[in-house]
Amino acid sequence: MLRLERRRQPSNLWRWGAPMAAVVLTMVLGALLFWMIGRDPFLAIKTIFWDPVFGEFAFYYRPELIKKAAPLIMIAIGLSFGFRAGIWNIGAEGQYIIGAICGASVALAFYPMAARWMIFPLMIMAGILGGVVWAMIPALLRVYFKTNEILVSLMLVYVAEVLVKAFAVGLLRNPEGRGFPGSRNLTQYPSAANLELFAGTGIHWGVITAVLSVGLAYVVITRHRFGFDVQLAGQSPRAAAFAGVNTNWLVIGCMGLSGGLSGLAGLFEVAGPSGQILGSFPAFYGFTAIIVAFLGRLHPVGILLAGLLMALTYIGGDAAQSAMNLPSAAIKVFQGMLLFSLLSVDVLTNYRVRFTWAKGD
Amino acid sequence: MKRRTLLASGASAALAAAIGAPLRAQAKTKVGFIYVGPINDGGWTQHHHESAKQMVEHFGGAIDFVYQESVPEGPDAERAITQMCLGGANLIFTTSFGYMDATINVASKFPNVKFEHATGYKMADNVGVYSARFYEGRAIQGTLAGRMTKTNKVGYIASVPIPEVVRGINAAFLHARKVNPNVEFKIIWIFEWLNPAKEADAAKALIEQGCDVVLQHTDSTAPQAAAKEAGNVYTFGQAADMAEYGPMPRISSIIDNWAPYYIARAQQVIDGSWTPAFTWDGIGAGMVGIGEISDVVPAEFKAEAEAMRDAIAAGSYHPFTGPIKKQDGSDWLAAGEIADDMTLGGLNFYVEGIEGDIPS
Amino acid sequence: MDINPVLLLAAVIVASTPILLAAIGELVVERAGVLNLGVEGMMITGAVCGYIAAHETSSATLGFAGAALGGAGVAALFAFLTLVLLTNQVATGLALTLFGLGLAAMVGQGYATTTVVSVPKLPIPGLSDIPGLGRIFFTHDAIVYLSIVLVLAVWGFLRFSRNGLILRAIGENHEAAHALGYHVRRVRFFALLFGGACAGLGGAYISLVRVPQWVDNITSGAGWIALAIVAFASWKPGRLVTGAYLFGGVTALQLNIQATGLAIPVEYLSMSPYIATILVLVLLSGGRAPGSLGKTFHASR
Repeated sequence: MLRLERRRQPSNLWRWGAPMAAVVLTMVLGALLFWMIGRDPFLAIKTIFWDPVFGEFAFYYRPELIKKAAPLIMIAIGLSFGFRAGIWNIGAEGQYIIGAICGASVALAFYPMAARWMIFPLMIMAGILGGVVWAMIPALLRVYFKTNEILVSLMLVYVAEVLVKAFAVGLLRNPEGRGFPGSRNLTQYPSAANLELFAGTGIHWGVITAVLSVGLAYVVITRHRFGFDVQLAGQSPRAAAFAGVNTNWLVIGCMGLSGGLSGLAGLFEVAGPSGQILGSFPAFYGFTAIIVAFLGRLHPVGILLAGLLMALTYIGGDAAQSAMNLPSAAIKVFQGMLLFSLLSVDVLTNYRVRFTWAKGD
Repeated sequence: MKRRTLLASGASAALAAAIGAPLRAQAKTKVGFIYVGPINDGGWTQHHHESAKQMVEHFGGAIDFVYQESVPEGPDAERAITQMCLGGANLIFTTSFGYMDATINVASKFPNVKFEHATGYKMADNVGVYSARFYEGRAIQGTLAGRMTKTNKVGYIASVPIPEVVRGINAAFLHARKVNPNVEFKIIWIFEWLNPAKEADAAKALIEQGCDVVLQHTDSTAPQAAAKEAGNVYTFGQAADMAEYGPMPRISSIIDNWAPYYIARAQQVIDGSWTPAFTWDGIGAGMVGIGEISDVVPAEFKAEAEAMRDAIAAGSYHPFTGPIKKQDGSDWLAAGEIADDMTLGGLNFYVEGIEGDIPS
Repeated sequence: MDINPVLLLAAVIVASTPILLAAIGELVVERAGVLNLGVEGMMITGAVCGYIAAHETSSATLGFAGAALGGAGVAALFAFLTLVLLTNQVATGLALTLFGLGLAAMVGQGYATTTVVSVPKLPIPGLSDIPGLGRIFFTHDAIVYLSIVLVLAVWGFLRFSRNGLILRAIGENHEAAHALGYHVRRVRFFALLFGGACAGLGGAYISLVRVPQWVDNITSGAGWIALAIVAFASWKPGRLVTGAYLFGGVTALQLNIQATGLAIPVEYLSMSPYIATILVLVLLSGGRAPGSLGKTFHASR
């Protein structure tokens, strides 16, 4: 029987070694999967993991990788604070959508005025505000009515999804779009576009914000009072109360932070890579970011790496579909296996695995 | 050493892309397809894929064929298309309206690759647009619906409020009214192209409200199954023939048939004669197929519908021929006037007699 | 307005059965203190397994059995990860959804344009002749009745049985329950299997009865709605039925209103159940989540 003993100190070897082992394990399992459906397993693994970064067309894929990873990292960084403190915002997807709607609405309200110095900052503020407001609903309900924030934030995702679909055919529909759903394309409106800042690098304002948020989060967690409070509240709510941590403010702070970053991610996405409000705008980023936060062990550097790895499986997975005609379903299964193995190896960091013959339960 | 060569080749490919030179010298023409759904969705994507496979068969080994399925509209589409260009495709069909901006963007970066975007309206030097006049098929369905209904209530499961769907509703309604002045339409919008559970619910709601003919602009067979269960309700296959539900409830169908167009355009790329064009073909060119009208339909009505099909195919009859008024009672087309493609392309109003509003 | 309430209610029951089945399973799981967000993944797995089993054997019964097995199978994977390897439940549940959607699409590839045996209706003799009510409640297929029986059984189990008491105790406070000698992991494992089987049945109800067809992503978000219903019901089986029929009812009503041509902006109507759920969570005093919900349990201290 398998038995787990908690380590006094998380193992440093496994903290770094476990994710590596998981990736290798997934490669083996994935190769098996691709072989079973009759594709060259080595080529498939190489196409997914190697080619986008070092292959012939890496010059194109690397910027794409960065663009894909940025929103995931940004949202996951915001979520990680709450998750450390035991505050479960799983509605980042909704905050991401509302941030995008608010930011895009500001841009469309000013169209076609040329005043980027004013419009773009206003959009950013609207994006953050939209995300924060959407996150404040579960936060305040938890503070004042002790309502479960997991469920309220999840419900608000559905509401946001309905809203974005309705706005794409209604309020925000492009009046010059010949009756088709979808807003104007913001990338074609210079005052609002979030384009690459340096041609061919993939770096737009969202990428810069993502990197900044990683750095800031690192400082806050290791140096700032807020970081300690968060840590303490997560490990022992009672001790936190004795230490004078105001739980209510912690809830509001953590939810607000994750909501703001999610909204901002949505704004940068709608003004840049996505370009317009469409019914298909929600891309599961808000949920994927939850997985990214856990894959990164809630640590800023870990999240950075996890976000890049996640993006790599998307980009590489698409490349494998295109180059080898792999069914998209097989790529999804492969991603699922990667997530499972990355999540499960974490046990090695905090626990020692022992095999005993005693019956354990 | 290995890495350096890889990097070097990457850089040269970037340069090649920038100046628009072909990336790889190749003998065979490579044709790519970007699909919005899975290739076995039973509807829209499946028919593009089947037409593509017919094209491959037609050319034998003379062309290379690549495709990518379930590509979401948005940034992922742009990457998928670029990927195909980098992979050496010469001709790429992007088969959903939502790929329009992505197609135009990528096309500007790869001037030597030809693009064909389905159902859109933006063109470029290397981007053509194609679509099918599905409303021609709707006119025939409307005629049959008007003839077959006993309750004078016809249900219509509409998908997403875009001109194509509105055209279909108008064409069906006009022709149902023409043969049956008492007929009325009940329209349900489900805001999706394929959602079997919702389609089933919509079909049941329509049937319960007395509709004994149900038209669908959505892709699943769920409404067919609902009609079969109800027993005395007629339906039409959509995108696919859905013959497995014939002769009852399915009495005819509109079949998407892109193969002739795909073959023609690929041939032009091989010959070097391809030029961007705005193609909008219907029954005449074979892009819209009318499935066999089943024997449940009385012979005289069947003959009437087939005559209309042949007249449309021959170009002697246009389903939008005046006099037609708009829903609000104002004039749209004078007697004998035929709607122009520009207006039809952006059609965003109902014709007189239809109740309800187009969602907006 | 020519909406026939009897027919509407009968249709609502059919439309609500998949979410009711999935929700009753998830309710037991959550009462045991586990939050499995992978309901959608388990439902779609059940939908494809049920379809394949029914198609291959031409037996609807075997189809539903296969669906329950398939749902329970992926739930067992979730159980192994969260209970043995102590992974985070939220993240694992989301991963399960992604995995399930991919897995179902992959194994279902060859079944897209096939047809399947139909599930017979079983009007209950006598009861089905009651005017109005008979048509609404007693003219359905066996699975609809099963869903109601399951709700009653879960209600009785949680309320009156000793094992139900243990399950609730574990959900409220797993540390204390463990200290009292209860087998936290074993109970949660079986709860998860039950939840998976129920979700599988719910998925198969969509692919075998409501549609019946196999299409990728056929559950299209039903699993997420099931999660909402459990919260709406404040983790109480009785309210679960109300919740499921309300959620299903709003969808059905929305379509019916459109068909009558009334000018109501229906797209906004479809978000009303979610807002109602939030209100219920806030207003109902009993609407408190099980104390250990979502927390990882490890026995050794």
